[in-house]
Amino acid sequence: MIDFRPPALRFEALTVWRRNALVWRRMMGASVLMHFGEPFLYLLGLGYGLGRFIGEMAGIPYFTFLASGFIAWSAMNVASMEAMWSVYTRMVPQQTYEAILSTPVQVDDIVIGELLWCATKSLVSGTAILAVAAVLGAVGDWTAIIALPLIFLTGFCFAAPALIMTALSKGYEFFTFYMTLVMTPMFILCGVFYPITTLPVPMQTAVQFLPLTHAVALIRPVVVGQPVNDAWLHVAVLVLFGLIGMWVAIGLVRRRLII
Amino acid sequence: MDTQHNHPAPPGGTLISCRGLRKVFGDIEAVAGLDLDIPSGACFGLLGPNGAGKTTTLRMLLGQSPRTSGQLQLFGKDVDGSRREIRLRTGIVPQADNLDPDFTVAENLRIYGLYFRISSSALEQRIPRLLELVELSHRADDRIATLSGGMKRRLILARALINDPDLLVFDEPTTGLDPQARHMIWSLVHRMKRNGKTILLTTHYMEEAERLCDQLVIIDHGKLLAQGKPADLIQGYCEKEVLEIQGDLPKGFLDNLPVEQQRIEQAGDSFYVYGNDTDMLLAVAATLPESTCLHRRTGLEDVFLMLTGRELRQ
Repeated sequence: MIDFRPPALRFEALTVWRRNALVWRRMMGASVLMHFGEPFLYLLGLGYGLGRFIGEMAGIPYFTFLASGFIAWSAMNVASMEAMWSVYTRMVPQQTYEAILSTPVQVDDIVIGELLWCATKSLVSGTAILAVAAVLGAVGDWTAIIALPLIFLTGFCFAAPALIMTALSKGYEFFTFYMTLVMTPMFILCGVFYPITTLPVPMQTAVQFLPLTHAVALIRPVVVGQPVNDAWLHVAVLVLFGLIGMWVAIGLVRRRLII
Repeated sequence: MDTQHNHPAPPGGTLISCRGLRKVFGDIEAVAGLDLDIPSGACFGLLGPNGAGKTTTLRMLLGQSPRTSGQLQLFGKDVDGSRREIRLRTGIVPQADNLDPDFTVAENLRIYGLYFRISSSALEQRIPRLLELVELSHRADDRIATLSGGMKRRLILARALINDPDLLVFDEPTTGLDPQARHMIWSLVHRMKRNGKTILLTTHYMEEAERLCDQLVIIDHGKLLAQGKPADLIQGYCEKEVLEIQGDLPKGFLDNLPVEQQRIEQAGDSFYVYGNDTDMLLAVAATLPESTCLHRRTGLEDVFLMLTGRELRQ
């Protein structure tokens, strides 16, 4: 019996977000190095290395094509990791939520605060890649800044289903299944490395049901400086995934913590 | 926003009241219909062996765990509609160490204050005072991992006081602590009571309950077995004195005890002869030069074991 009453949106969610932000600030050095260093290496290695042979893809220099795809992929990756490993750590071994639930903060606030935090981390990581890409000349125009709210939305959209996994998980091993069976296929199939139009037609239809496809479809043209097709459809898919995921996650975390 | 309250519960009133409190997990009835009235301004003990339903009862009383059935009022209000107010007026010292390992000692208090939405300026004043109270001022900037068990417990107590609560709840406050730390926690509990706070605690240390509690209940299998003041319970349920005998007894000893109104219990190798007549008990001891005998006054532990039995718990 799961309590699936609608989530309550309250100010207290921001206190949970702020707790995580304060912890992150303490380890910012290592974190920023990772956020900048890793994409820098990837972009340099793959973008320039492969780009030399590939030249252009779908009319865009391969380096730029890859950089814009990476931004969407990293938003998914960073938010999912945070919503699984970090949230599980706070929920189970550290018992942080039990302590928080002795205060006026409630389960709904915890889950919403965590989702907002995961999206914030995606934003930090995406901004770092965008900056690196801009320095290396891959960004079309200042309008690329519109990518930032889209990165945040992408992070939120992926944090929600990852948090569902966390609410169901009995240990960290469980997350490997989600990584291998859900995240890796999206990484490979959803247009990060090549346009989805090169896939067989049934596959093209199938990947429309995967949210990363829509994140890439939004973020790539914005970064490159091209008009976005079906923008509101893509936004709606991401919002819907995020909200439904959040609702289910809150129900499952209520079941797990309120016993 | 500050959480200072101008309306502490009136002395002599009832702070927590429940009727027919029940909790069922699957097939197991963890709490089987409890009626409790916890007076404000007193220290109230909830005693029972492991698995008796203490923590479940506590969690339900605080509105942290949904109850299967029963009525429950806190601060004169129905629990379900006033969760936020209850939280603002309650400080909880949990059984487990759930301090935030990502922060220092002082930061743990600050973050907790954040959850209560206490203003930064109020926290800047309150935190040094609380650290002083629990004698952790010199560790303010240290990480949690560097603290001893007793220090962690003291910090958890300081954390529970961050919102200046009217009700302070301790779930087995001294389990696993050394005598020094235990005495310090006890003296802090006394101090909180002098400051007018209502204390609700669970424990399975009878010495602790005897020292701290004005009133207590003993529960087992989710049911109420006895309630009252510690001294009244000892007087009501037990003889005045007991002779503990260790080792083998001479054959026929039990049949030849001099007085009928003595009650004998056996646990493993030990025998407990309960009675009200000091001379008689000493006379019994004198007939057993080969055994180790201890003659003492009875205490809450004797009442507890009498009511809940001597067999081991999970």
